[in-house]
Formats: sequence, C-alpha cells, structure tokens
Amino acid sequence: MTKTVNLDHVTIRFGSYTAVDNVDLSIAGGEFFSFLGPSGCGKTTLLRCISGFVEPTAGRVLIGGKDMRGIGPNKRPTALIFQNLALFPLMSVADNIAFPLEVRGVSKRDRRRRADQLLELIALAGQGDKKVQELSGGQRQRVAIARALAVEPDILLLDEPLSALDLKLRQHMRTELRAIQKQVGLTFIYITHDQGEALIMSDRVAVMSAGVIEQIDVPAAIYDRPRTSFVASFVGETNALHGKVGAQEDDVVALDLPSGRRVFGLAGGNRRYRPGDACTIFIRPEQLKLATAESFNRLPASVIDIEFEGSTRHIRLEAEEAQLRLTLMNEGTPASLAPGDRLELSFDPEIASVLPSGPMAKA
Amino acid sequence: MNVGKGLNVLLTALFITLFFAFLFGPLVIMVITAFNSSVFPRISPWDCFTTDWFRTLAGDRMLLSGLLNTMIIGAGVIIVAVPVGLAGALALAEASDRLRSILYTVMIVPILLPGVVIGISTIIFWNWLSYRLGDLEFLTDGIFLSILGQVTFIAAYSMLVFTSRLQRYDFGLTEAALDLGATPGQAFRKVLLPFLRPAIASAAVLAFLSSAENYNTTAFTIGAQSTFTTVLASKVRYGINPSISAVAVIIIAITLVAAIINEVHGRRRHALLSGGRARARIMGNPILCIAGHPAFVALILLVAIAAAVVAGGRYDSSVCTARILEEKRALQEKLMQQMTPAAPASETTPAPPPPPTSPPSTGGGLNPYSGVFGGGSLPGPANPAPPATPPSPSATSSPSAAGQPTNPYANVFSPGNLPGAAAPSSPPAPPSTSSPPP
Ligand SMILES: Nc1ncnc2c1ncn2[C@@H]1O[C@H](COP(=O)(O)OP(=O)(O)O)[C@@H](O)[C@H]1O
Ligand SMILES: [Mg+2]
Repeated sequence: MTKTVNLDHVTIRFGSYTAVDNVDLSIAGGEFFSFLGPSGCGKTTLLRCISGFVEPTAGRVLIGGKDMRGIGPNKRPTALIFQNLALFPLMSVADNIAFPLEVRGVSKRDRRRRADQLLELIALAGQGDKKVQELSGGQRQRVAIARALAVEPDILLLDEPLSALDLKLRQHMRTELRAIQKQVGLTFIYITHDQGEALIMSDRVAVMSAGVIEQIDVPAAIYDRPRTSFVASFVGETNALHGKVGAQEDDVVALDLPSGRRVFGLAGGNRRYRPGDACTIFIRPEQLKLATAESFNRLPASVIDIEFEGSTRHIRLEAEEAQLRLTLMNEGTPASLAPGDRLELSFDPEIASVLPSGPMAKA
Repeated sequence: MNVGKGLNVLLTALFITLFFAFLFGPLVIMVITAFNSSVFPRISPWDCFTTDWFRTLAGDRMLLSGLLNTMIIGAGVIIVAVPVGLAGALALAEASDRLRSILYTVMIVPILLPGVVIGISTIIFWNWLSYRLGDLEFLTDGIFLSILGQVTFIAAYSMLVFTSRLQRYDFGLTEAALDLGATPGQAFRKVLLPFLRPAIASAAVLAFLSSAENYNTTAFTIGAQSTFTTVLASKVRYGINPSISAVAVIIIAITLVAAIINEVHGRRRHALLSGGRARARIMGNPILCIAGHPAFVALILLVAIAAAVVAGGRYDSSVCTARILEEKRALQEKLMQQMTPAAPASETTPAPPPPPTSPPSTGGGLNPYSGVFGGGSLPGPANPAPPATPPSPSATSSPSAAGQPTNPYANVFSPGNLPGAAAPSSPPAPPSTSSPPP
C-alpha cells in the first residue's frame, strides 16, 4: 500500500531558530521524492517531523490524509533509515531485520522466514547470522533498508543513506535503491545534499535552502529551468553573469552587463521584470559554445587553463564580466586551444535563465 | 655514560620494587600471619604453621552473623542503588545542558558528604518518620536503615558508571527502535539495556563492594545489629587475633579468583570478537577451546581451593603449638624467678598449665601472650581495663598483680608500669558503647 504525504504549511522552530520555514507540499503515493539541500538546511529536521520525532511548531503533517499530530513514531506508517543507519550492534543481521516483527509479537518461526525473504531481496541470503560489524558498508546499507521494509511501511524515509559510502558503491547503490523502490512500490522520501543522487533517482526533487523550499520539480526542470539563483548555483555547475534588465518581451529578457554588452535569456519562473531590475543570467558550462559567424550573445574571453578529462575538456576562461567555465565534448578533433588564446563564446538564449540576483550556493 | 645508565636502571628497579612492596607488602605479611599459631598476628617470631585460625573464624558467631547482615545489606543496596543510578544517568543524558550541570551536582553531593553525616541524618530522618507514622518498627530497623543510608551515595557511584557507558551510546538506536514500532518500554529492554549490561554488572559489583566495606555510615545506621565491618572494627578495639588475617586471606582469595576468571573471560571474548587468526586458533584447537573457557578455569580454581581447604582441615598443629607453649611457660617461669625473687603472690597462685591439645581459643586467655596487646593492657583510660585492678604507682615493685597472675608480660605495658606514665586517675571506662553484642 502506498500513501500520500502532505506537509501543510509546516514550520519547525528550535527556540528562536527556524529550522523549517513554512514548507507546503504534497507527495504522491508511490513517488520517489527527494529533498536536496546543503548541510544544515533543515532536511533531517523535516524528515524527523514526518516520522514523528519532532512535532511541527506550526502546520500539519498528513499521511494518507490523516493528521499525524500526537501520533508517535512507533505508530506512524513510516520507516526511517537513519543517516548513520542505526543498526543494532549487539544483534545479528537477521535479528536486526526481524526486530520490527519481534516488537509486534510475530512468532520466532515467522520472523525467521520473513527475515530470510528480505535477506534475499537485498542479496544477502545466508548471511543472517553474521554480526553487523562483519558486513561491509554497502551490505550494512542494505540491511538497514531490509529492516525498514520489515515494518511494511507505507512510506520509507531515507536520510542521506549513501553519504558514508565510497564513490563506486554510492553509484551502484543509487541504481539499486531505485530498483528496490520500483519493486516494492512504496513512497520513498529521500534526503541528500548530493545533487547527482537526487537527479538520478527521483521522480521529483525539492531543493531546500535555510529551511525554505526553493523549487519543487522533476529533475530535468530543476537542472534546466531553475527558479531561483540558489537552485541555479546549487544544482550542477554554472556560469553566473550579473547585470540589469534592459527590456523583456514575452519571456525573453535583455540583460545589460556592466561591460555594456547586452545578452538575452529566458525569464526564470515565468517572472516579469521591469527595466533596471538587478538580475543574474546563468549558463551551464556545457551549453557555452565557441562562437560562429552568425551567433549572437557573444562573450569575448581568453583561456586561463585547460583540464583534459577523457570524454570532456574543462576550460577556464577570463571574460570581461567574470571568470567562465566551458566544457567541450571530446569529438576526436585535436585540441587547438592553448592558455592565452583569445576566443569568442556564445550561448543560446533558450537555455540561459535570467533570475533575480539573490543568495547563491557556496561552491 | 654507561655508569649513569646503569644507575638509572638500578634506581628504576629500586623504585618499582619499593612501589610494589608498598602496595602488596602489607597484604603478604597479613596472609602469612594467618598461618602463624601466635595469638597476635605477626610473622616473627614464627611459632607454628597452623590452619586453626580459619577454624576459629568458622566458629565466630558474631562475625558470621555480621557477614550474613553484610550480604543482606549488599543485596539490598544492589537492588535499590543500581536502578536508581541508572535512572539518574538516563535523566542526565536526556537533560538540557544547563539542567544537566545542576542535576549532576545534586546527584554527586552524597559522595562528597562525610559518611558520618549521611549515617546520622538517615537515622534522624527515619526515626522521625517512623514516629510520625505511629512507630513503624521496620523503618528503624538497622538493616533497612543501612541499606537506605548506603544507597544515598552508592547510587551516585552507579550513576557515574552508567553515565560513562551512556556517553558511548547512540540514542539514535533508541529512536530507530521506536521508529521500527517498538514501544518505549521495548526499546529500553531490547536495545538500551543489552548495551548497558556490562555497566550493570560493574555497577552491581561496585555497589556491593562499597556496601560491604562501608563503615562510617553503617556504624550509625546499623544500630543494635552488626555487619562484617562493624564486627571487625570492634574486634580491633578489643584486641585482634590472626583470625582477622584469615578473613583477609579468604577475601584476597575470592578477589584473585574473580579477577582471574574475569581476565580469562575478557581475553577470550576479545579474541573471539576480533575474529581472524586468534579466533581460528581457539576454535580450531579443542584443547585450547576448553582450556581457555572461563568455566573451566573457574572449575580448576575451585578444585584447587577445595583441595587447600581439605588439606588445611587435615593439618594438625597441636603438637607444635603444645611444644611452643611449653617453651614459653619455661621462659616465663625463668623470668618470674629473675624478676620477683620475693613475690609471694606468684608462689601462691601458680599458672594453671593449659591442656596441651587444646586449640588456641579466640579469647586467648590461656596463652602467655594473650594480654600483651589485648585491650585490657593497653594504656589509656578509654580501654576496658580489668575493673578489679586499678593500677597504682607502686605496682613496679610487684609486677604480677592480682588480676593476671599467670602472665609475666601482662603488665609490661600497663599504665602503671610505664616509667613516667601518669596513672589514670579516672575509673576504667566501660567498653565502647557502639558495639554491643547482637
Ligand atoms: N534538536 C535540535 N535543537 C536545536 N537545533 C536543532 C535541533 N535539530 C536540528 N537543529 C538545527 O537545525 C538546523 C538544521 O539541521 P538538520 O535538519 O539536521 O540539517 P540537515 O539535515 O539539512 O543537514 C541546524 O542548524 C541544526 O543545528
Ligand atoms: Mg541531516
């Protein structure tokens, strides 16, 4: 069974500090929903609020349409996978997985059978008698998932479950998690500060900053159509050029850069700007091009250095307005660029977002 | 350079020797005295090897009933102090920072208070309460009061033990248990309590030991009854004999056995947990597997102790003690002849020759040395001197006073015989009031 989760204007304060600020969203049953944000932005707090460890200071949490106020964590249809997994160190793997059944009074035989099924699901069949400490990081990760699934929750909450793993394992577990989610068909609410994880696994992503939801969208929209400067700078690499709005026609905005050059982009979030508004235009490094004769949105720049990374080249350039990053696919042609070379870049207005200047994510 | 280095090594060795001598010397000496037939615990002169002091001990009603009370009080203290300490530690762990330091201070105060204060305040409070509630007998019972009095500070010890263990506990585990559907009670029983099990054992042992060895508080709260320590203390006051050393031997033996078993258990556990080669070695070798098992080691130690007890029980030192006694009597007679050429008293009341086969008794009344350090002959008005013999300054000329006619040494240290010592002008004090017989 899957259930929806509604956060109805949820605010959580610790003393005078607002950890979660007026979050209002709903998550559909069976959805893989991610909260993405830098460390300390209130993701864990929000998740603990959904699982019942923290009551909202204002607003309501509804699960399956039912208000959860006053219902303890052990009575909610959620299971939380903790940031540090919180496996019970004194129990065997099978006992860990069977713990939710044990506390519900399931008989020993049934517990064992269910634990064996779950061990099979996480590809650890036959390893139930091991101690938790004897497992590798990735295996422990899967045990934590199996233990949460043993609850037969309607909603699985995951708090940066992959952050302790090394890169290879992390990439592997991403696909695995997504596969498990498809297989069991539960609502997954996933927390991460790693944009790669969020974009790859999620149906939808909510980007958070300082307790506030900046944008909720499908991964591609988050990346291609950021609605705030924070989202644009936090998700993926980007080039930012500050300027003042010259004019706007439909959603095409003309931005006057300090150098006097005028560039064009799309107004983010269907905003309407007035001439003179302080705005920033964001262009992805892989969407900058070497200018041809007919290109407009031209930016002259000189090469600082070049990083060769196999499939791509990362080039740092000095333009009049700012330092720029350019990513070129390796198309087999020998590199003709060298540090010091002067060249002209351009970009398609359709892929550049013009957003009100605001706080940006730290690099 | 070499000389300096050699000197350095020498000094270090000397220091270490002295250090260990300081630590263990008294214990070693005490253990040896338990096997000397001399009535006063000492190692020289060596009289006879004997195991009779253990027999004396086994027949000591006072001490045994005190020991029983100590056990009851110890068990009571464990039952109350460990849960109270655990509750305190949990409260500390969950309190906010400001509250925590206040709470900590409040809970630690009983450790800082003198035990005497705790003892007296316990009596006063419970007597008052008992009176208020209409003379409830059990509220003023010595054992009940001792348990409560000791719990006030032993619970704080337990709390410290639990606090240090809890510092390593991830309270996320309790949250995880709750999240997985456990009730708070289940989370406590199935997750936190197993984690605390080693600390519970430590706290219980610590509580029992602190309870058993406590004197300051217990001396007040125990009232008309007695515990092991109060009996021992009164024994010291009335004059000790080596059965106290025998107590020490037994305590040391128990401690050693417990320490050895604990060490074996710890090492094996460590080897098994660390996995790898150490574990394979133990599991692969059936002899090692059995020989290293704590239960097996315990069995061997118990067999050894049983053998020692049986052998000790068989050993008969009566011939030797009789000989020594005879020698001493001869010496005594010789001395008496030398010292009192004209003392008719000693002639008219000759020492009754003790039966040679009788084992030394606790009272030691028949032994020539019994009076030397016995309370009765120590100087000072507080000591229970024989009421019949108020010493007079002129006693020097007649050493064998009427009170102790058989013992030539009896009065050597008695106040009247000490040159320059002022004769006590006060009448002999009665025995101390704090240790009446049960
Ligand atoms: N129980 C609490 N009491 C006070 N402040 C808290 C508490 N829990 C979290 N916070 C604060 O809330 C902010 C958000 O924390 P958290 O939700 O853990 O962030 P994230 O998981 O996004 O890294 C942090 O600044 C943290 O210090
Ligand atoms: Mg977090």
